[in-house]
Amino acid sequence: MSKLGTIARRTFLVGSAAVAGGVIFGYYKYKQPYSNPLLADLPEGAAALTPYVRIDAQGVTVIAPRAEMGQGVHTTLAALVAEELDVAWDSIRVEHGPASSAYFNAAAIQEGLPFAATDRGSLAEAARGFMAVPAKFLGLQITGGSSSIPDAFDKMRVAGAAARLALVEAAARRLGVAAGTLKTDYGFVIAADGKRLAYTELAAEAAMVELPANPPLKPKAQWRYLGRSMPRVDMVGKCTGTAQFGIDVRQPGMVFATVRMNPALGAPLRKIDDSAAKAMRGVLQVVVLPGGVAVVADNTWRAFRAARAVRCEWGDASYPATTQAMMDAVIASFDDKHQDSQFRKDGDVDKALAAGAVVEAEYRAPYLAHATMEPMNATAWLKDGRLDLWVGTQFPTQARAEAAKIAGLPIDQVHVHALLMGGGFGRRAENDFVQQAAHLAVALNGQPVKLTWTREEDMTHDTYRPPAVGRFRGATAGGTVQALDARVAALSVIESQLGRAGGAPPGPDKTIVDGVYDQPYGISNYRATGYRTPAMAPVGSWRSVGHSFNGFFMESFMDELAAKAGTDPLKMRLALLTHEPSRKVLAAVAELSNWDQPLEKGRGRGVAFQLSFGVPVAEVVEVTVTDAGVKIDRVFVVADVGTALDPRNLEAQLQSGVIFGLSAAMFGEITFGRGTVEQTNFHEFEAVRMRQSPQISVQVLENGDRIRGVGEPGTPPAAPALANAIFNATGRRFRELPLSKHIAFA
Amino acid sequence: MKLSVNGKTHEIDVEPEMPLLWVLRDELNLSGTKFGCGSALCGACTVHVDGVATFSCVTRVGDVHGAITTIEGLGTPTALHAVQAAWIEHQVAQCGYCQSGQIMSAAALLHRNKTPTDADIDAAMSPNLCRCGTYPRIRAAIHDAARRIREA
Repeated sequence: MSKLGTIARRTFLVGSAAVAGGVIFGYYKYKQPYSNPLLADLPEGAAALTPYVRIDAQGVTVIAPRAEMGQGVHTTLAALVAEELDVAWDSIRVEHGPASSAYFNAAAIQEGLPFAATDRGSLAEAARGFMAVPAKFLGLQITGGSSSIPDAFDKMRVAGAAARLALVEAAARRLGVAAGTLKTDYGFVIAADGKRLAYTELAAEAAMVELPANPPLKPKAQWRYLGRSMPRVDMVGKCTGTAQFGIDVRQPGMVFATVRMNPALGAPLRKIDDSAAKAMRGVLQVVVLPGGVAVVADNTWRAFRAARAVRCEWGDASYPATTQAMMDAVIASFDDKHQDSQFRKDGDVDKALAAGAVVEAEYRAPYLAHATMEPMNATAWLKDGRLDLWVGTQFPTQARAEAAKIAGLPIDQVHVHALLMGGGFGRRAENDFVQQAAHLAVALNGQPVKLTWTREEDMTHDTYRPPAVGRFRGATAGGTVQALDARVAALSVIESQLGRAGGAPPGPDKTIVDGVYDQPYGISNYRATGYRTPAMAPVGSWRSVGHSFNGFFMESFMDELAAKAGTDPLKMRLALLTHEPSRKVLAAVAELSNWDQPLEKGRGRGVAFQLSFGVPVAEVVEVTVTDAGVKIDRVFVVADVGTALDPRNLEAQLQSGVIFGLSAAMFGEITFGRGTVEQTNFHEFEAVRMRQSPQISVQVLENGDRIRGVGEPGTPPAAPALANAIFNATGRRFRELPLSKHIAFA
Repeated sequence: MKLSVNGKTHEIDVEPEMPLLWVLRDELNLSGTKFGCGSALCGACTVHVDGVATFSCVTRVGDVHGAITTIEGLGTPTALHAVQAAWIEHQVAQCGYCQSGQIMSAAALLHRNKTPTDADIDAAMSPNLCRCGTYPRIRAAIHDAARRIREA
């Protein structure tokens, strides 16, 4: 590539990045945009027109720099680019691309937390970016918070549109005609005389073009891909066993490893005796890690077997040893000393409580594992001062930083190859397994090594959804709610998760009260207070984070208030909602579920509403009481995403969220005994299976004022809608999860 | 030890107690069959032994005497099995990690029952866990695949 070409491409990048920033965040000032990471490895004759589009002789590749963990994001991100670039859907390739700050996720941070940017100087860089200052400046490449689509909606369409204009301009120069006389059609620039120039042959010239900063985007009415159900780019691979997940990586001469970490989470390893393990067939090496041990062998199963044979003397846990003691600690944090936030304080709650008919209830939610289908794994290869990592990660820039630290390498010598993930749900935003793989790469310097956790290791070494307790008081009068006093005590996900990622910021943790303080109910006397339980076992983001327990607390309590008020629980909510898209969602689910049609004896239905990640979602669950237990027959879901890009994928995501939420509500519980997790595999951490999977009807609305993602919002209403349905069918109110502790499921 | 996988015979030198799963994945580099639990609890490792759905993670390779079919042998991107074609038509997969096992279980079901009821599907497919919750589309795809097989 000529120097001129390189400069021109960089200039181009400035233009498109500035537009993207301007469209999304009017206040952005991009002075030093991140360099385009695709330029580093570009073969001769190829052009990387923006960080999202690469064109070479084979065709167009779209870079979809978000974790594909099942949510279909690669497909929708590619559709955003393809729509504006004007290329045939079946002609493009889609890649995750490298870990790079150019792929920062602004929406994840924008939707993050309510802290003002306070003391920037004193905070760890990662923590600052996550919490308080715009993501751009910290370059965090994160997948989470249902943020990929809101972040990408303008950015990736602009990338496609800008690349298309560059190709048109290149064609205009070559043909000596005005750009305005040219059109594009599925990967070709078409001249007025019908002459067709393929994008692939124009790419190098297009890289020389400097562009207007503000490429126009197609109006919605002209969309050909967006708004339609696109065939997923990963579907054929996933149905033929040819898709490559992190666990499938194979490198030449690679060896296989597993770890056994202290079952007392975070506690040290005191001593090992690895003599028996080392004598076993295929065992190559035993590597001591911080807090555990790794066995390297010539086959994964041999590594598993030998790891069990290592005799380890473990240090003790630093947290309470039993679930009971942990729940006692959560309960004990309901005091002024542990008060973390009071984001909502409308009216005079105490006065209103004194005046009305008062309802009080306490709810509990347990620790939960993520239990992704693909156990944690990572492959690492340190060779000649360069570290390559092949890993399914929701946080590749952090993976790179942590691996670089362990290997003692500059960050640009660490290359993250992000692979498909067999589930994430927040677990793969952690990097414990990446750190372990980096240690192994150092120990095996020169030889690639794949680390695979056993299921037992995975279930007992998670960063769990924290336990939480909700104490609610409310007053009803005149058939509605006059006062709501919501108090929630929980461990802080932010403190624990960002603590591991470099340092948690000061200030309250919104996740403790998400789903309680922020609901669009026009209750005149409404107070929500969060209490922070001091850190115990590590906790992390679990699909919908704080909403996962607060949805259950809040919406169970709304149901209890409706019962007390003697009013229909759906109509009571409808009358209280002040947010129009939310009202429409609830009204739509009433219609979809035939809410007013009475059910026969022995059946029941429950409703719940949660606004999470900007998406109002209402769900109705219908159950039948059978001799074998409660059977979930049907679920009705209505969500408002602002703009619906892929209807079939949205339906799949919402169904997925419902089943994930029902699984946790019915069965999910992680308990501790003697400082260690007591559940080791799926027989002790059950989830909904085919025979318990209900019919799920989904409707997606577009009344919201901006586009939203739905990886998470389907989950929070599932548990309370189920508990409310059981109450409706049986008259029994269960305030503790999982419900299977109290009632059997058929 | 000889092992017949997807119509090819392999000579392998492993302990007879090694689970078939790890022979397939690590010795034969057939990574389409997935490791999920190692204890016959999730079905991600399902393969066929003489056409019967089998959990490869708890099957000692020394005990395998029949012909093994893995997801790679069921069909390929250019020559799909009817179940795979139905899966793609219904866009079943999300994360996709469990789907090799789901497809193998479904193919074994349809091999012995061309007209499965919802109850048959519940019974045959409940050993296969899907944390993404793709069950509604799996059910639809199995009914569709049954139609394809009957009409073929």
